[in-house]
Amino acid sequence: MRTKTLFSIFIVFFLVLFFFFYKGLQNPNIYTPSVEIKKDIPNFEAKLFNTNELIFSEKVFKSDKFYLINIWSSWCVPCRDEHSFLLRLRENVDIIGLNYKDKIVNAKKFLNEFNSPYRLILSDPDGTIAIEWGAYGVPETFLIYNKKILKKYIGPLNENSLLEIKRMIK
Amino acid sequence: MASLIGYYSLVFGLCASLLIVFFCIKNFQNSLIFDNKVLTFTFLQLFFVIISFLGLIISFINSDFSNETVFNHSHTTKPLFYKISGTWGNHEGSLLLWLLVLTLFIFLFLLKSKDQSKKYRILTLLFQQIIIIGFFIFLIQTSNPFNYIFPVPSEGLGLNPILQDPALAIHPPILYLGYVGSSIIFSSTLAATALNYVSVDWAKHIKFWILTSWIFLTLGILLGSIWAYYELGWGGFWFWDPVENVSLMPWLALTTLLHCVLILEKKNLLSSWTIILSISTFTLSMCGTFLVRSGILNSVHTFANDPERGLFILIFLFSLIFLSLIIFFFFHKQDKKKYNFFWLSKETSIVVNNWFMMYFLTVVLIGTTYPIFLEVLTSEKISVGPPFYNKLIIPFLIPFLFAMAIGPKLKWIKSDIKDKFYLILFLIISLLLSAFIIKNLNINFLLNTVLVTSAFYLFFITTRDFFSKGLKNLSQNIAHFGFSLLILSILLNNIFSSEVITNLKVGETLQLDKTQIKFESIEKKNINNYAAVIGKFQVRDKDGNTQILNPELRIYNQPNIVTSEADIKTNLFTDKFMTMNLVQNQDYFNIRYQIKPFMIWIWISVLLISFAGLTSLLKKKNYEN
Repeated sequence: MRTKTLFSIFIVFFLVLFFFFYKGLQNPNIYTPSVEIKKDIPNFEAKLFNTNELIFSEKVFKSDKFYLINIWSSWCVPCRDEHSFLLRLRENVDIIGLNYKDKIVNAKKFLNEFNSPYRLILSDPDGTIAIEWGAYGVPETFLIYNKKILKKYIGPLNENSLLEIKRMIK
Repeated sequence: MASLIGYYSLVFGLCASLLIVFFCIKNFQNSLIFDNKVLTFTFLQLFFVIISFLGLIISFINSDFSNETVFNHSHTTKPLFYKISGTWGNHEGSLLLWLLVLTLFIFLFLLKSKDQSKKYRILTLLFQQIIIIGFFIFLIQTSNPFNYIFPVPSEGLGLNPILQDPALAIHPPILYLGYVGSSIIFSSTLAATALNYVSVDWAKHIKFWILTSWIFLTLGILLGSIWAYYELGWGGFWFWDPVENVSLMPWLALTTLLHCVLILEKKNLLSSWTIILSISTFTLSMCGTFLVRSGILNSVHTFANDPERGLFILIFLFSLIFLSLIIFFFFHKQDKKKYNFFWLSKETSIVVNNWFMMYFLTVVLIGTTYPIFLEVLTSEKISVGPPFYNKLIIPFLIPFLFAMAIGPKLKWIKSDIKDKFYLILFLIISLLLSAFIIKNLNINFLLNTVLVTSAFYLFFITTRDFFSKGLKNLSQNIAHFGFSLLILSILLNNIFSSEVITNLKVGETLQLDKTQIKFESIEKKNINNYAAVIGKFQVRDKDGNTQILNPELRIYNQPNIVTSEADIKTNLFTDKFMTMNLVQNQDYFNIRYQIKPFMIWIWISVLLISFAGLTSLLKKKNYEN
């Protein structure tokens, strides 16, 4: 009798423990104290790269979804470095490109040569939209969730940032 | 090619597991003698895992970047030694090593346990195979070390430079021998419990495995600690980092188990303690793997982690726990006989020791897992630091040390401590000595004096025993002496450490009351896979002795990381420790100069403790012959 009670107590105890560990696993487990920005994304309007249609930012970013906005240019050398990482992320998250101070022809050539990782590309011929985002230059990448900026990567993405992004959007 | 062979060997190894399980069950029911087929297949399994492991090593040596693990963790310019050690310096490879140790130990166990009953051996093998199969599936499913990438990259990403270090190259294998070695204790304890074979004979037989794991675990922790001391550049050797804690927890459980099994061997008592501790040791090791590999906690060891892996280990871990609970509660028959414990006996002192150890274990466990609970409940992220551990552990260390000094003096069952005049004499000497040391320092007098007294007390008592007892109980005495030396060195190290942090330019001199630090020059060197910036510092102490220290910055090419290599001048009494760091965009370097007394004694004492385990193993061998 005593054995059974004790046994049940232990089972319950370990089940509770299991529950906590299981829950703990699901939390994004990357420790981002100061880099976590949690700022609202700016509202802006921009022309679509392919069709030249005007589109509002509310239409682009939906709530409850992860986005990556990547500021790039055909003339930017580090953008070529990070391109392979963007291509690898294409499956996991919607990537929005912001084509910064670029000539349409060159940008199209760039995309033809390297393949496009972007779901949607916005044009920013004079660089004003990039300023609204608070970007310093190209390339820069913002991770967005629920219309909030979770994290900002200044400079080209690398293996570590790729892993981090993958982890955060899990 | 090597990768391909490695991968298929893994699959064959898993098949061997299934065959072993099949033959085990058949053999368990049908026959009275041990079926040699089982042994053959166990050997075959070990063979396959070795081939697989060699396959990975060869891929690393050849820098075969079509293998994803090699691509992620190696580079062509890396020295050969670190190419090899890179094999287990990553998640996939280290799990393969884990599997290798699992299969190696069960094979050795079968060879060494020929005089044990057939049922017991078969059942141990079965339980071990459950663990092995779990790890095979885990490895193949979620962490395959032989993933192929195409197109084949021309260059790898490189091994994290702070892992390119001799101590750290051998740290994982040694630690794993201890960590994973405890699996054999787990399996055989479950087998013995299920067969109701927890007895004096069993204790004699299992003691060998407990000691072996314990020695390796102790050495493994020591190596990690030494590495942290000179590579991480903080001048400390223990940071209460989650990963350190998860190695400490099995160590505490294993140490307690070692004491219990001695009682079980001599008096046939404490069988429940022994079983529970055997189970906890391995489950704590597994739990450690879970905490570290799932990325649920942040620490210096975070490998690229993945919640899917975490979930697998979590489910596996809890299945093992539930299996153990069932076996413990429904198969273990408590002895009904009266114990008749006399309150002043060696058994009591061991039970007291057990409770102390359980307390320390609980503190570490709570400190390590508390952030997880808090995060689940409140989404707040915290990490538990040294003050928590210091507050909870230090006060209990005092009675613990006294108990450790006096406990072994109490004879089995009954004892009287008449004629123990020297016990009191030593107490007085220790007290006076400590008071003398502490009185001039600006720290809490009472607490520190009592603390140092208790450490000195154990130190003197164990020293005396070397002379009065000679070879009797030698290993116990060495271990306790080593422990007293460890605590004493840590305490004195903490009390007398001093530190200077400053920014200096080449040619500048820092003048303090006691020391003078002169930054003489810097020199640049290019070495195989890194460029080094070596500083030359002249340190002059108050007696006018000068010493040159050469801390170093290393800029690795792949991955592009700067590490700082401390320069440490060690002698018997004190370590002089200097690190140098870049201050961004300036000519200044950040200099950290520390004087750390008795550092070397911390390492020596831990070596002594593991050496004590070794003497115990050897003694047992002689006894058998």
